[in-house]
Amino acid sequence: MNAPEHIGKEVLRGAGIDVPAGVLVNGVAEAGEAARNLGGRVVLKAQIPTGKRGKAGGIRFARGEAEAREAAGALLGSDVNGHRVSELLVESAVPIARELYAAVMNDPTTRCARVLFSTSGGVDVEDVTPEAMRHAVIDIRGPFAPEAARALVAATGVAPEHVDAIAAVLVALYDAYRANAAELLEVNPLALTTEGKLYALDCKLVLDDSARKQHEGLFARAEAALGEQGTELERRARALGLLYMELDGDVGILANGAGLTMTTMDVVAHYGGRAANFMEIGGDAYTKATPALEIVLANPNVRSLLVNFCGAFAQTDVMARGVADAIAVLRPTLPMFFTIHGTGEEAAIAIVRDELGIEPYDAMDDAVRAAISAARQARPVVEARA
Amino acid sequence: MILRAQHAVLVQGITGKQATFWTERMRAYGTRVVAGSSPGKGGTTHQGVPVYGSAREAATEHALDFSVLFTPPLATKSAVADALDAGVRTIVVLAEHIPVHDVMWFLADARERGVQVFGPNTAGLVTPGEAFAGIMPGFSPTIFAPGPVGVISRSGSLGTLACLNLTRAGIGQSAFLGIGGDPIVGTSTREALRLLDADPRTTAVVLIGELGGSMEEEAAGDIALMRKPVVAFIAGRTAPPGRRMGHAGAIVAGSRGSGDSKVRALREAGAYVCESPSELGAAIQSALAPAHA
Repeated sequence: MNAPEHIGKEVLRGAGIDVPAGVLVNGVAEAGEAARNLGGRVVLKAQIPTGKRGKAGGIRFARGEAEAREAAGALLGSDVNGHRVSELLVESAVPIARELYAAVMNDPTTRCARVLFSTSGGVDVEDVTPEAMRHAVIDIRGPFAPEAARALVAATGVAPEHVDAIAAVLVALYDAYRANAAELLEVNPLALTTEGKLYALDCKLVLDDSARKQHEGLFARAEAALGEQGTELERRARALGLLYMELDGDVGILANGAGLTMTTMDVVAHYGGRAANFMEIGGDAYTKATPALEIVLANPNVRSLLVNFCGAFAQTDVMARGVADAIAVLRPTLPMFFTIHGTGEEAAIAIVRDELGIEPYDAMDDAVRAAISAARQARPVVEARA
Repeated sequence: MILRAQHAVLVQGITGKQATFWTERMRAYGTRVVAGSSPGKGGTTHQGVPVYGSAREAATEHALDFSVLFTPPLATKSAVADALDAGVRTIVVLAEHIPVHDVMWFLADARERGVQVFGPNTAGLVTPGEAFAGIMPGFSPTIFAPGPVGVISRSGSLGTLACLNLTRAGIGQSAFLGIGGDPIVGTSTREALRLLDADPRTTAVVLIGELGGSMEEEAAGDIALMRKPVVAFIAGRTAPPGRRMGHAGAIVAGSRGSGDSKVRALREAGAYVCESPSELGAAIQSALAPAHA
């Protein structure tokens, strides 16, 4: 999960990294008041889960209450990169001498933590040249040793009087990344002020969804701040423990396992069709075919249904049973196409053939082509599902 | 290490529901499941297999080669430590949703001991005609048959479909290596390729990748140098960017990890990349044809 900026900064503050004084607001008057209390020049930042906020107009500077109110009025309720702005972080602007980049992340190649540091901060990280980025690979079982951090910073040619302070920030960043089981904790820019102090001006925190149980409080705060995500059907699926994504096509897809579901979407596209959804019933969720199918069919754009099961851990007969049960209740009138292989396939095919009166396709590509062509021909007949 | 019929296999968490189901099938297929472990259940037998309180205890009575972990996500870090203390040589971690920091931790432990880990979030290993370890339908003759093609897959369901398509085309498999759908796994695509390249029974490789990460791109250099032909399929080329497609590792972040970038890297390395898994059988047939001429 991508935590919003102010949640990331709360984590940084907890780790002893300085963050500019700031207030989270959701109204124009509050923004003005915050600016007055903070005094001096302030920055108003839209709290939306997207990068490149500055370029997209999500960040504004102001001095004094009136300017802050005006800036807040322009930001609140506006659309930045497709996200509606409902909260602003109002912070004291700091006098920047130099913008640095610091991050810690999970690194699949080394299977270790990777600390990154650059003196070319403040720009999109993808625009930092590889030569300007310094790396340290850290064994997750141990600390980031201060001497290793100092060596990393000194190698960039930072003025010697700043090396220790920056190294201390990197060590604290690594500790916070570890303590919160983060996938990524990034500070860009890390500002070196004209007085030689260091402030985290922005923060990107990506939480590991698999570590939710150990960090429930942090997840709850991040989720509350992000508000409701996704479409109504996506939220319904999430509440049932199903991963569903609504797409813009017309072929409804029910397949098991992430890999097979993605492949089904790809093969639909390969033959010129468009998938209406991603719906995964992998892992233990293979027993949830009934509610999964209900959600797939609840999308009014679905014109044909393609069911593709390849059982390994997931037993295709259990999934076919769930599909048949859902169809018995919903009685959908749209054309349906099946292709079933793997664990339990004889029993699964018998259920589809005998109870639904549908002959499964032996070849997946034939089922895909049939579903695409049926979706093209079908009129939107949905009364039985109403 | 490729799983063989003679290898002694430990099942950790053997008394659970899924472990019970799959242990029965592994044994029926010919996998030498010599022991199981389950905290507090030491001294009993389950499915005719002696059960120990820990992998270490099992190791006092049995020489162990592989351990298959049916442990829940949050118990897996200590279960791997237990398996390492028991002296197993290869560990198969089936669990999904293990915190990634735990994964990095136990992979560092395993690396220090020179132990290979498959997974997490893998469906396991199958050596057709010999043994299987995990939650793959190794026992199904319509899906797996002995033969010359090594199969590497991040996904269990799609790997199953790939093997099924090969078997239907009359082409058997030397080994199925499920490497797992997590962002960080113990055996990368490249390491699995090297294992198959060194295996005398493997003459060609089917590589099933998916969007996310850079394992396929990192394997491209090895493919270019390999003598054995590689046929690939990459899932998730039409996935919307920035969304996590079921597997924790299946996400395009920024400009990295897209399906198309993987397809490009594999094609440049000389692999044949299919547009649908249905083409795998024919593609392998033509890749193997010169060798038979």
